[in-house]
Amino acid sequence: MIWFDLVSQLLQSLLAILLAPLLLGWINQCRAWLQNRSAPSLLQPYRMLRKLLEKDAVIAHNASWLFRLTPYVVFASMVLAASIVPIVATDLPFSPAADVIALVGLFAVARVFMALAAMDIGTAFGSLGSRREMLIAALAEPALLIVFFTPALIAQSTALTTIVEQLAHRQLHLYPSMAFAAVAFVMVLLAENARIPVDNPSTHLELTMVHEALILEYSARHLALMDWAHALKLMVYLTLGIALFLPWGVAQPGHWLALPLAVVAVFIKLALLGAGLAVLEAVSAKMRIFRVPEFLGIAFLLAVLGMLIHFLVEA
Amino acid sequence: MSAVTQVVNLLAAILLLIAFAMLAQRRLLRLIHLFALQGGVLSLNTFVVAAALSQPHLYFSAVLTFVLKVLVLPWILMRLIERLDLKRDVETLINIPTITLIGIVLVIVAFNLALPISQLAGTITRGTLGIAMASVLISFLMMITRRKAVAQVIGFLAMENGLFFAATSATYGMPMVVELGIALDVLVGTFIFGIFFFHIRETFDSLDIHHLEKLKDRQ
Amino acid sequence: MTEVLLVLGLPLIGAVLLAASGDRPWAAEANTAVALSTLLAAVALTARVITLGPLVTMGELFFVDAFNVFLVTLTAFVGFTTAVFSRIYMRVEQDRGKLSPKRLRLYHGMYQLFMFTMLLALLTNNVGILWVAMEAATLATVLLVSLYRTPASIEAAWKYFILCGVGIAQALFGTILLYLAAERVLGSGGSALLWTHLNDVKGQLEPTVLAIAFVFLLVGYGTKVGLVPLHNWLPDAHAEGPTPISAVLSGLLLNVALYAVVRNKVLVDAALGTHAAGTLMMGFGLLSVIVAALFLSRQKDIKRLFAYSSIEHMGIATFAFGMGGAVASFAGLLHMTAHSLTKSAIFFAVGHAAQKTGTQIIDDIRGLIHVSPAVGWGLMIGGIAILGIPPFGVFASEFLILTTAMKDHPWATPILLLGLALAFASIFSRLQAMVLGESTAERLPHPPALFPVFVHLLIVLLLGLWIPPYLANWYRQAAAMIG
Repeated sequence: MIWFDLVSQLLQSLLAILLAPLLLGWINQCRAWLQNRSAPSLLQPYRMLRKLLEKDAVIAHNASWLFRLTPYVVFASMVLAASIVPIVATDLPFSPAADVIALVGLFAVARVFMALAAMDIGTAFGSLGSRREMLIAALAEPALLIVFFTPALIAQSTALTTIVEQLAHRQLHLYPSMAFAAVAFVMVLLAENARIPVDNPSTHLELTMVHEALILEYSARHLALMDWAHALKLMVYLTLGIALFLPWGVAQPGHWLALPLAVVAVFIKLALLGAGLAVLEAVSAKMRIFRVPEFLGIAFLLAVLGMLIHFLVEA
Repeated sequence: MSAVTQVVNLLAAILLLIAFAMLAQRRLLRLIHLFALQGGVLSLNTFVVAAALSQPHLYFSAVLTFVLKVLVLPWILMRLIERLDLKRDVETLINIPTITLIGIVLVIVAFNLALPISQLAGTITRGTLGIAMASVLISFLMMITRRKAVAQVIGFLAMENGLFFAATSATYGMPMVVELGIALDVLVGTFIFGIFFFHIRETFDSLDIHHLEKLKDRQ
Repeated sequence: MTEVLLVLGLPLIGAVLLAASGDRPWAAEANTAVALSTLLAAVALTARVITLGPLVTMGELFFVDAFNVFLVTLTAFVGFTTAVFSRIYMRVEQDRGKLSPKRLRLYHGMYQLFMFTMLLALLTNNVGILWVAMEAATLATVLLVSLYRTPASIEAAWKYFILCGVGIAQALFGTILLYLAAERVLGSGGSALLWTHLNDVKGQLEPTVLAIAFVFLLVGYGTKVGLVPLHNWLPDAHAEGPTPISAVLSGLLLNVALYAVVRNKVLVDAALGTHAAGTLMMGFGLLSVIVAALFLSRQKDIKRLFAYSSIEHMGIATFAFGMGGAVASFAGLLHMTAHSLTKSAIFFAVGHAAQKTGTQIIDDIRGLIHVSPAVGWGLMIGGIAILGIPPFGVFASEFLILTTAMKDHPWATPILLLGLALAFASIFSRLQAMVLGESTAERLPHPPALFPVFVHLLIVLLLGLWIPPYLANWYRQAAAMIG
């Protein structure tokens, strides 16, 4: 039913783009509650974006086309990623492209452009950020891939839609391998989205920033796009986690009435996960950079263990 | 898969996780807690199998495991490290990522080794034999890569735990008299280790294993 | 049944008694008395088995057949003679201030406990209890190896504990696998671990499981036999512990561990139908012979020298059992007996020699014959006996093993001969230097206990010339059972 498909796809993409800053605002609100202070309003990220969009962009003299192109590439890849993760429905026009490995590739594209653009101008902080970002990515990406392999093995396919359908509509089954993969996924999420304990998203101290260092040189609309893409990336990760590990409530193909229900379900899950992320950030301290490889090594280990356990015990 | 098999699989997975956590753990006190947790998971596993199959001797075995490995042994170890002044001991391990990678390789080896055996076992828990062997091998790795004597001994006891789990998963546990004998051996062994630590500390003023590697053929 | 209870109960009661009162002046005599009574009980048991044949007793808990009956008597005998030796030896050590009363209590208590675990391992019918007893034997002796509390002895005891502990954990896994295979045929419940029952159904046990089980059992119990490459604990434990402990470790523990391996091999051979288990044992045996022979030449400490000699002889015995067949198994059993008696005799002599000269370094022990002819001759004759010179018993067993090897496995013969020749050269040259020449030894405050040395050597000589008929009968029956 092509109408249904188009509508649900559009709905999903718009939902993701519009809700991503709200998600950030919600996480900040939860953090503030935990830290016993009053937070800015939930809509503050929107106001920040509007403010940035109205300003004039200031670009260094020696910036190349790469520097100007990167925010658009990054934003576009994040939107694409958000469009292919089955949030509300599993049968979308983009779903043939919705492969877990392709998803990892999309993240890689965004990351490569960001790292190169940061080095483009030649400042020290840019190179610093690029090096650290690539260090974290080099360890997090394999872990992420193996985390994806476990549900892929259970569903016998790497297509996201197949995985979600299989996992959502099966009987309740204890999968220890998925438990391991879930823990590993959370650790990779923290690393890739620059959250505590890997990186502080609100820091401006040179020695501690990773993600901030990459976007330091941007201003106005470029910065707005980068910030929005960052929020979108977090949203994509969270919805990916929901799709793989908590997939109940997703609308099956052809059910009109299930769509609103799916949207509500997604809202609730995102709210809960956002609060959980805030709790995690509140109880952890930021790690020193040289401990990050250990952290990600443990994530990799857990992911591999999950896969091995699947082979032995559940096959 | 029946519900019991799923629960047993979950417990086995947790056991493997604990084995890796012990491998990468630096603090001695937390090692002992992990060891106690491992014993607890073991006795829970035996209890679940006992309830599912209504085998009375397994209930007894579960209680014995709980008393010995969750209560008595960790208590002895805690008292030991209190008296040896090691409570806040932190050990510098050689390169955790490499050790955990070797651990993963050992897990794969153990799984392959256990496959023909587990196919021949007649129990419902035979899928977990590979995990039992893997935790034995990982405890063995832990023994080799540690520098403090107490940590080596905990690795040794964890190896016994893994063997006990292998016995439970492949054969529903050995006959009672043998299990009692093994429990007695483990208990006496721990006592003797404790006495030994004092001797080592008296002679070398430290519990670092490097002092115990000097004997060679040319004396 | 009463004999079995006595054989096991007497050392156990003795252990408890001596743990409480081992520091009294009469403790050493009490130790000897307990050992003597154990020996008498063992002789009674042997007499019974001679007249009535193999016996299974106490609800199938204990089992005595041709294989373990002479080992039980041998264990009790060596335990007794070592107790006689240790009485004088420990008295000298005490006078020299190396032992406190508390340690003497530990020593005497653990000594009897060790005897108990050895006899339990030999007499039990339950393969699981066999494992428990072997582990208990390690536990009983580990604190004895570190009795002198020197840095070297603590290191030796630590190595002993950890290596044998890990090894025996492998043996536990092997036993679990054996139980797994047995359960399928005999059903769950205690009888699946009883050796007599297993022996009846050994052809029906699952081959793959038993093959894997045997590897673990060989590696596990083989660590306690001292097979290369699992032998690292042996030289240190022998060199640093008190000499009576070296004597019982070499003379008894190695034997009982080999007994455990062979008992399990009988089951595995029938289940597998092939010669795989035997080949594995042959390989380990040959490796032990060669490596031990090579290391022998480098030794500077007299106890380490003879420890490596123990490894070599255990390798020969393992090789013999690995070859299989009536003659080779007979030779292996004879070798176990002769080696046990000879090696303990040597350690008795070495112990006193070391006490007289105050050192264990070979280069510093000289001219023993001049100061104490008994010790000097004891060491000389013992050394000659262990090197396999006729007419001692070791020669007879080695000759049988070599001829069988030449017949069935000619490729192994050069390796064996090389090992034996190397050992001969190393030990003989050192023996000559130690026994003859200018002496630096002094007299001991107490006359050395040399009765055990010569009794052992006499028995070994006897074995070389004439094996008593019932003993030969047992060897033959046991060899037939081992296959």
